[in-house]
Amino acid sequence: MVILAQLVTSFIAAAGFGILFNAPRRSLIQCGLVGMLGWILYYVLVLQEMDVVPATVLAAMLVGGLSQICAKVYKTPVIIFIVSGIIPLVPGGSAYDAMRNFVENDYFTAVQLSAKVMLLAGGIAIGLMFSEVVKQMIRKWSWKRTR
Amino acid sequence: MNNQHNIVKVCMLAGKIMLQSGAETYRVEDTMNRIASTFGLPNAQSYATPTGINFSIDISEVTNFMRISNRSTDLHKIAEVNNISRMVAAGEIELKKALTMLESVDRDTPTFSSWLQVIAAAFVSGCFTIMFGGIWADFIPSFVIGGMAFAGMLWFERLVEIRFIAEFFASFIIGVLTLAFVDNGIGVYMDKIIIGAVMPLVPGLHITNAVRDLMAGHLVAGLSKGVEAVLTAFAIGAGIAVVFGLF
Repeated sequence: MVILAQLVTSFIAAAGFGILFNAPRRSLIQCGLVGMLGWILYYVLVLQEMDVVPATVLAAMLVGGLSQICAKVYKTPVIIFIVSGIIPLVPGGSAYDAMRNFVENDYFTAVQLSAKVMLLAGGIAIGLMFSEVVKQMIRKWSWKRTR
Repeated sequence: MNNQHNIVKVCMLAGKIMLQSGAETYRVEDTMNRIASTFGLPNAQSYATPTGINFSIDISEVTNFMRISNRSTDLHKIAEVNNISRMVAAGEIELKKALTMLESVDRDTPTFSSWLQVIAAAFVSGCFTIMFGGIWADFIPSFVIGGMAFAGMLWFERLVEIRFIAEFFASFIIGVLTLAFVDNGIGVYMDKIIIGAVMPLVPGLHITNAVRDLMAGHLVAGLSKGVEAVLTAFAIGAGIAVVFGLF
């Protein structure tokens, strides 16, 4: 039941961000699906008591991979799917928590949370980079084979 | 000569639309070079930053420059320009046609009206509250506050045209409304409501683009976009912080 609620809300959230970023109308559903699958992977991994940073890396890899596939299939720039899909993973909540602790003069917790935000952003970067590398490897490999 | 003039125009226009719509810099340069090489200029040089484009058709030729002053996010335009450059590369359309098509894309208004965007922002806010572990009782307050804050940001941006101040103003609205709602017994957990309502303002696109540009080796563009993202995050945090400081 909890998972179902997460599925529905993450789909709406990712597709809603597609509308905010003025994504093409016909790719809204795909944006929602990419975001939903990435978030669910993250959510399940965290439920299995995995640390949030590796969970974010894995989810970002999934989002990157799915976005590359969508971009290939629908012949649209990959950025459309990546942006909407990655949004649920962006550490907005932790960034806000960090900021609030700074304001409340609890610098110890604030710095701790800021470090986590940096790690999460780095994790997203690594995940996206990985999917890019895989795409380039596949392209080079198929290019060699067809020659 | 006239032909070359038009090629430069097509390349610059394509680059301008993409940069104004928030595309990654390396994609902009790639698109410009690809269009140029299709029209028989294989040695074209382009250098794009978030605030301006340099383009010359050969290394010893005149360099053309264009200033990019306002940037927003419009994935639809990026997709359209990408489509046009694909058609150009495939030889399906010629120079004149490409120019008129790009000009019409440049004039395009957003696909979704402001009202629809506000509603989408409201839904995004409500859903994020649930996703970050909030309870369903907090869905409605977050929905209302997120929508109102986004509408406030759109309105304020038209008024002052400084994005950071508009974001500061929007997050200030979020802080005030959340305090008012929770004090009056609508909504339970203040943190969850605020996190959800803030999400439509979070610079997710800037963060991803900055990282992707840095990975592609565009250090100047990546750093400047990263700074833009940090400034936006700071504006949002400061807006909420001011409310907590005041009350």
